[in-house]
Amino acid sequence: MKKLSKQNWLRGLFVGLALSATAGTSFAANYDVDTKGAHAFINAKFMHLGYSVLHATFKTFGGSFSFDPDNLKASKVSINIDVASIDSNHAERDKHMRGEKFLHTDKYPTATFESTRIEPKGDNKFVLHGDLSLRGVKKAVAIDATLINHGKDPWGGYRSGFKGFVTLDMREFGVKTFVPMHTVDMELFIEGIKQK
Amino acid sequence: MIKNQTSHYGLISIFIHWLTVIIVLGLSVLGLWMVDLDYYSEWYKTGPEIHRSIGVLLALLLMFRLVWRFLSPPPASIESHKVWEQISARLVHWFLLLLMCAVIAAGYLISTADGRGIDVFGWFVVPATLTSIPDQEDLAGDIHFYLAMTLLAMAALHGLAALKHHFIDRDGTLVRMFGR
Repeated sequence: MKKLSKQNWLRGLFVGLALSATAGTSFAANYDVDTKGAHAFINAKFMHLGYSVLHATFKTFGGSFSFDPDNLKASKVSINIDVASIDSNHAERDKHMRGEKFLHTDKYPTATFESTRIEPKGDNKFVLHGDLSLRGVKKAVAIDATLINHGKDPWGGYRSGFKGFVTLDMREFGVKTFVPMHTVDMELFIEGIKQK
Repeated sequence: MIKNQTSHYGLISIFIHWLTVIIVLGLSVLGLWMVDLDYYSEWYKTGPEIHRSIGVLLALLLMFRLVWRFLSPPPASIESHKVWEQISARLVHWFLLLLMCAVIAAGYLISTADGRGIDVFGWFVVPATLTSIPDQEDLAGDIHFYLAMTLLAMAALHGLAALKHHFIDRDGTLVRMFGR
């Protein structure tokens, strides 16, 4: 038998502790984002020349999260977005945004968000920390999130819904065009159905 | 002579031919240039507007051209042309016409993919028809680009062939298109 080094032993202890910590809060249920019923939206808002605000939505995305109302800290979120599905109600603009100078969706078709930790702020509010991979760049982002509510739906399921808000500086994701209108306000409305 | 004769081109066909040359080359240059414009360029909006409008007008010209082809068929091939030259010339002529139709149709499908019509210089609007092809603006965009490149290659072949007839065979193929 291989001798357990001190380092490995410590690592084992931590893994054990982490596992038991998760086990201790195992009221967490897993949810699928309800994209099938389109009860979830990922929207982008950005300035047009500084005169107005344009809206776009990502039509195709998916994801899941685990959520424990009594212990927000134990929750986890994972979202993936088909970036090319952006729709701003103007085909030529969408085509332009998919292009190399902006989202470059041929090369980077998918954006992902994986939560790393959750920081409760009280009153159903929390900061969702995680890694956003967009346009080939992985960056830590902090989403200001709110649990809207959770409960049974009329059709035998159980749902929980959140909203989130984060401002992205597109320069950090390699976009050099549109400066000085380089920030995008992302709004997320995520309703999940508990997995059976 | 307005109409085509058995051995000569009429003024209308000559005019349409050279006007089409100017428009196709102009739209190609404008199209390739405008897609790389910076958002804040003063041409960012006007470039595509002109491209779309001229494209629609070219479609009208092309429709008239096809009608005119039946009303006043082009002159017969020059007798000194070999059979393979006559056949390939005909094929290329029809291929050019077909490609122009296809490039215009694909361009139309980009701009109208979301149901918006094409405003031609503020004179009239061409309404959208097909809007629900999946990824329509991207798919139509790729087709528009590659067919346009094929059109340019075919047009180059067509032009080189005319130059070959003029300088090597020393026949009247090219000057016929100038009304001789």
